[in-house]
Parts: sequence; C-alpha cells; structure tokens
Amino acid sequence: MTTLLATPNGADPLAVSPSPSRRVRLAWPLALRLIMLATLLAVALLAAVRLGAVSLTTRALLDATVGRGDPTTVTIVRELRLPRALQAALVGAALAVSGATFQALLRNPLAEPYILGVSSGAAAGAVLAVVTGWAVRFFWALPIAAFTGAFMSMLLVFRIAFRVGRALDTKVLLLSGVVVSSFLVAVIWLILTFADTESVRSAIFWMMGSHAGASWRSVAILGSCLVPSLLILFALARPLNLLAIGEPTAAYLGTSVERTKIVAFATATLLTAASVSVSGTIGFVGLVVPHAIRLLWGSDNRGLLPCSAIAGAAFLVGADTLARSLAGANELPIGIVTALVGVPCFVWLLRRPAAA
Amino acid sequence: MNALWTLEGVRYRHHGARRAAIDGVSLAIAPGRITALLGPNGAGKSTLLQLLLGTLAPAAGTITFRGRSLASWPRKEMARTIGVVPQGEAEPLFSVREIVAMGRYPHLGAWQREGPDDLAAVTRAMERCAVTEFADRWLSTLSGGERQRVRLARALAQEPSVLVLDEPTTSLDVRHEMTTFELLHELCADGATIVLATHNLNLAARYADDLLLLQHGRLVAHGAPELVVTEERISAAYEWPVSIVSHSGGAPQVVPCDSGEGGVPPLSSVPPVRMAR
Repeated sequence: MTTLLATPNGADPLAVSPSPSRRVRLAWPLALRLIMLATLLAVALLAAVRLGAVSLTTRALLDATVGRGDPTTVTIVRELRLPRALQAALVGAALAVSGATFQALLRNPLAEPYILGVSSGAAAGAVLAVVTGWAVRFFWALPIAAFTGAFMSMLLVFRIAFRVGRALDTKVLLLSGVVVSSFLVAVIWLILTFADTESVRSAIFWMMGSHAGASWRSVAILGSCLVPSLLILFALARPLNLLAIGEPTAAYLGTSVERTKIVAFATATLLTAASVSVSGTIGFVGLVVPHAIRLLWGSDNRGLLPCSAIAGAAFLVGADTLARSLAGANELPIGIVTALVGVPCFVWLLRRPAAA
Repeated sequence: MNALWTLEGVRYRHHGARRAAIDGVSLAIAPGRITALLGPNGAGKSTLLQLLLGTLAPAAGTITFRGRSLASWPRKEMARTIGVVPQGEAEPLFSVREIVAMGRYPHLGAWQREGPDDLAAVTRAMERCAVTEFADRWLSTLSGGERQRVRLARALAQEPSVLVLDEPTTSLDVRHEMTTFELLHELCADGATIVLATHNLNLAARYADDLLLLQHGRLVAHGAPELVVTEERISAAYEWPVSIVSHSGGAPQVVPCDSGEGGVPPLSSVPPVRMAR
C-alpha cells in the first residue's frame, strides 16, 4: 500500500503534519548572530542621530560630533540626539535582558520586566513627584522618586513571597507581584483623580514612556548600572538555563538555587528600575525581544542574553526614531510605537514552523 | 560492606502537612548495586529520593553520603558524583545537544568553555542512550520515550558514579522501558550505583539487586527481590490482592488478581525483611 500511495518525492500523502525532523533550528554561530545584531544596532543609531525635525547628512553629522560646523547643529547632535539615542539603546538592552532573565526564573512565557510590580511602583513614585510639584522644582526629583518607588515595590513583593512560603516560591512571587501591582495602580488612579489636568497629562505621558528627557547624565547613570548588571547575568547564564528547566534539575546539576534566584531577581529588577526611572514604563520590549531571539536561536542564555541586549537596544532606538519623526512636530509615546511595530513582527515569528 | 548512603531515623514532614511523608526511616544503600524504591502512590518514594539528594533536609535523623553528612556536600561537588533523572521538567527551546551538555555544567566554571573532554563526554552519553541522531533537534519535538532518553544521557554526561532516577520508565512503551532497564543493568555492571523509584514491580524484581518497599512513609521491607516480593507483603503494601509467579530467570513476578480473589492482609501481620548491616 505504501508503494501504491507514495508520491514521486517519497512523501507520505497520509501524513497530516510535516515530519518533526524537518523542524530544525537556525544553527548560526554566536559570533555571527552578535555581528549581525550589532550591525543592526549601528544602523539604528546612525538613523536616530540623522533623522528628526532637521535631517542631517552623514558628513554634517560627523562634523557636528567633533564640534565643527553650524553651532545649532552641534547642539542638536551633541546635546539632544546622541544622548537620546544612547539612552534608548541602554534602556532597550536593560529591558530585554531583564525580561529574558525573568522568563527563565519564572518559567513563564508571559513574564516580563514589569511582572513583579516594578513599573507600578516606579509610576506611583513618579506620579507623586508630578502631583506634588517636586518634579518641576528639582530636575532629579522625578527619576529619584520613580527609582525609589520601583525598589520599594520590589521589596514589598519579595517580603510577601518570603512570608508565605519558607523558600522563595516562584508561583507565590508571581502572584504577589500581580497583587502589589494592582494595588499600586489603584493608588495611582486615586491620586490622579484629585490632580489637576496638567499633572494628569504629564503623569500619563510618563507612564507611556518617552526618551525626551535624555541627557548625558542619565546615560552615564544608566550605563553604570547596566555594565555590572549585564556581567552578573551573563555569568549566571548556565544556572539560568537550568532554572528555566526546573529548580530541582538546577540543584541536581550543581546550582545553589536560592542564592542564584535572589541575585538574578535583584539584578534584573535593578536594570528595570533604572530604566523606568529615566524613561518611564516602555512596554513590550522586555516581553517580546527575548521571545523573538529564543524563537530564532533557542533558549540557551549564553547566547540569548547578549543577543537580547543588542536586539533590544536596536529595537528601542528604531522605535524612538519613529516616535519622534512619524507625527511631525508632535511626539508619539514610544510605547505605542513598540507595540504597533513589534506585534506584527512577533506574530510572523510565532507562525514560523520552527516555533513548534 | 561500606554503605554509600546511611540513613538513621530520618523523618520529614511537608510544609503544612499533618502526616510525616517519611517517618523514622533507617537504611543503608550499598554501592555498585541497583536499588529499587517501591511503594504505592503517596508512600514517600519521591520524598525519600529528594532526601537522598539533599534537596530536602530531614526534620529529624541523619543522612550521610560516603561517610560525610549530606548537608556538608556542596551542590556542585555532589553533581559531579550523582547524576539524576528527575520527573516533570519544563521544556523551553533547547536542542538535544544543549540539554545533554548541561550534564557538563558542574564540571565548568562560570566563564569556562567546554573543552575536548566535555565534548567527548557529551558525545559518548548521546551514543549510549541512542539520541545522537536527534542532536540538533529541539527537545520538544521528540516523543516522550526519546525525551526520557535525552535526560538519561544528560545524567550520564555528568560522568557520575551514582545514578538516581525517579520513575524513569513511567509512560514509556515496552521497548523503551526494557532498553532503559537493560542500560541501567549495563551501567551497574560497569561499576555504577543505581537508585530508582518505580511502579514496575516486575522489572524491579528482575533487574534490581535490592528492593526497598515503602508504605505511608515507613520502610516496610528492604532486601533481595525474592524476600521482598511475596504475595502477602505486596498485597498488604499496595492494598490489592496479587499472586506471585516465577520468571524464567527466577525472579518473582507480580500478577494482580481481581478484587474478589484473595484477601488483603494487614501489613502488620507480615513479618518484616531487613537488610543485614
């Protein structure tokens, strides 16, 4: 019967699904992946600095960078566009790596940097700073309030999780993150209900995320958080691989599970809190960039973490460039752009057979 | 005989549970043999394995491994000695080779790359478990039996002298189940110590040197298969009437009866079997 039904190319016509053996992964060497993504990031950065209300040629851009040529152009490039592009890159890298880490630690595909209430805590702090007027009076009041809020909410979530279970139970942690987050969101809206229109407007703009406030100082602060955090998480890549499979497996393969979890959670939260305090809560990057990298090249965190960092940076730089150039003189909240651009790309990736 | 593991009066109660999951268990596990842990669902097999592996700490009693208190073994050192095939793992997108290579993690520093020895150990482990042909496939595209063999390969890549397996053949078909038991038998002949929890009484009786029978967290029998697998004891422990026949190789084999046939004696009426220590 097999011979009778065999098609010329030997495929079995009765087979209802493609043979699983054909679902192979893209076995690119890590160096090649990193070079490709770095090129993408370089292109995105170049575009970000060249494009905007005033478009620049590469020549004028290079002159302005070293301080030659039209003083206005020099100011635009050096004080506005360069720090802004770099901040977008750092925030994108931080959120993507933080998201990848949370997904491994929580073994939950819906995990993202804000899942443990960090964003709501930061937003509550920021809203408080806006409504009380501190944000207008002191330049650093908003980021400091946001960072404090983020860290306080994280401490609260971990405290609840530790009290319920004796060890750090991932499921309890996830739930306490969700409830603390809901509580803080209610607090935010309660404050906004009694706030004046201008405060509400600026608070909402901040909650949607923006890189408009970028400066060399914010870049320096973010960079000094990012570098050590990335090194810590890259060093934990193997334990994170094991934790993504299961906590008992990780212990049997030599990981100190509780210690690794605490260090990784704290580092990923620090990355998120630092990002949120300079740019507001930018959604989607931390959820989708690591998933996209995983669908392409697998879950091995030794490749996933560095690839996510560079891809997240490139993605957010691109999204920020679109956010400030799509609507003419107006600037779109970057969260809208990340979702509008990111969702279709991600749906396409999900539908590829290799995702099975 | 020098015991590998020695347990004295070990007790463990799960958080919030009223009854102890392991209640006053004392035993010694011998090196170079296959020890099978038997008992009905909820008897405490998995808990006892976790106590042996140090992922649970006993509430009372002592556990030593190679003469040293289990708690004093660093996890990484233990992972170079004991390979584990656990039950129920998540399956993120990892290739089969990546999963097997995880067996080398305990041998490597955080920034250290796999060396030629590590790659050779991974290749050998994949060959021994017949998963080489799947090396570049995602684990999640394999069948249940193939995935289980990959996990066994990961444990072998650790190059351990002891293997611990938690119900390694549950949900496997006859061929995969028999290949697994034959492989364990070969590994034991090469000098490995094997401890497994299983519901397959008949294969345990055929392949294991020692059987441990647990009921309600207590050790009710410990000894050679022909001593442990008797009609009264198995009926009593599993609360179901059984009769025993003999395998051509001599091992006792359990045949479950209909519920009406034969009685279920209370376990207290069955004389205990204890290993001489």
